[in-house]
Amino acid sequence: MELKERAIVLNEEDNVATALADLEAGSSVELDAGGRRLTVKVAARIPFGHKFSLAHIAPGEVVIKYGEVIGKATADINAGDYVHVHNVVSTRGSMGAEGGA
Amino acid sequence: MSFLGYPRPDGSVGVRNYVGVISTVGCANDVAHWIAQQIKGTAPFLHQAGCGQLRSDLEIATHTLAAIGQNPNLAGVLLVSLGCEGTDINRVEREIAATGRPVKKVVIQKAGATVALNEGLLIAQALVSEASQIRLQEFDDSHLVVGVKCGGSDTTSGLSSNPAVGAVCDIVVDNGGTCIFGETTEFLGAEHILARRAVNKEVADKIFKIVDAMEKRAKASGGDMRGGNPSAGNIAGGLTTIEEKSLGAIVKGGTRPIQDVYNYGERVRGRGLFIVDSPGREPEFLTALAAAGAQVALFSTGLGVPQGFPFIPVIKVTGNPVTFQRLPDHIDMLVEMAAGKGSGLKASGERIHREVLAVASGKQTKAEILGYGNFPGLYTLGPII
Repeated sequence: MELKERAIVLNEEDNVATALADLEAGSSVELDAGGRRLTVKVAARIPFGHKFSLAHIAPGEVVIKYGEVIGKATADINAGDYVHVHNVVSTRGSMGAEGGA
Repeated sequence: MSFLGYPRPDGSVGVRNYVGVISTVGCANDVAHWIAQQIKGTAPFLHQAGCGQLRSDLEIATHTLAAIGQNPNLAGVLLVSLGCEGTDINRVEREIAATGRPVKKVVIQKAGATVALNEGLLIAQALVSEASQIRLQEFDDSHLVVGVKCGGSDTTSGLSSNPAVGAVCDIVVDNGGTCIFGETTEFLGAEHILARRAVNKEVADKIFKIVDAMEKRAKASGGDMRGGNPSAGNIAGGLTTIEEKSLGAIVKGGTRPIQDVYNYGERVRGRGLFIVDSPGREPEFLTALAAAGAQVALFSTGLGVPQGFPFIPVIKVTGNPVTFQRLPDHIDMLVEMAAGKGSGLKASGERIHREVLAVASGKQTKAEILGYGNFPGLYTLGPII
């Protein structure tokens, strides 16, 4: 058992976790996703504050953090993969002020 | 749960019992400052607004000052006027008096600052004497009005302190009380999520409208709020999209339905969760919370900020243990790094909520003891003319 949480799942709906420490590639991280225990092996180095996937996310599927959609996958993302600007885009970023809902 | 507070004639409950010495224009600040320095039990409200502004900004200054004077933490008010200011001082006086509070005024241009000072000292002294006779009573926490804010944010803000403060909002609202948040600039990219939580379409439309208006004002000044957001620094810190960045900020408002959206400087009416259209900058935003009627403010910070407010206790919460150690004179509470999740989140929310009730009942915050926060701001939209 680890004394300190090394990553956090903010909402049980989330399909990504956020690192609370620098995680080395290949290390296993135990997670509490709303009471559900998960162990994820991270495929790459995940710096503090950065995200990795909890499950497979296909291109075009949504990435969820805080229980809300934070963007869409632009590539295949497997459980444990690093999730950031290289494989996720905003669903809103290119909208103008008149974008509305 | 309950707290100790001061009953006010308008039915509101103060958690502090100050006489507000409110300057009605920048040029009256010195006299208001002198009076507040001398008379114990007073709290100054100084600012630079009230003159040389467009009519729309003078309206903001007028209704904000009137609302500030109605804050539950003020037992009475002394207005310090220059005489020729653009704020409608008669309206300010009338609206404060309508709440049943004693409100008096001194005018510098009548006979000069020294005479206004002498008059003001005597008036403030009498008002404090009157206020000091109001006895504390126990109130259930449906009378609580809490404002929330984040600033000096870092990676820990969106992961721990903001979610923890959001959990407090949910507790306050579930107990029948009121929570107020704002910082419209931080809704950008996540306004559709907030709008979904609005109690009806009218309120949802208001959320879109205030974000749109904020972006248009920035554009009119040559700024682009959406482009380059998240910034390179945000991306280096792990934030991928604008939705993620904004969610990390708005999570501090909790998850309950949004009852209504108010303009800057307006008094919030009703119970539940509310938005005040406001900038994120601390001096102006804390003023918006005071005007909205907040008794206590919860301030989530990562890097650590010193700001308080003259008559509102501001409780600083951080999720960054280094900041907590480095700034013992400013930060009131540390929450765990993993505070943002499940059971840990609920426990953190409950712990901060107990602190809110303790502070409401009289426990002094770090900023209050230090006397930090005597320089609030008053928002302006247009140019200074």
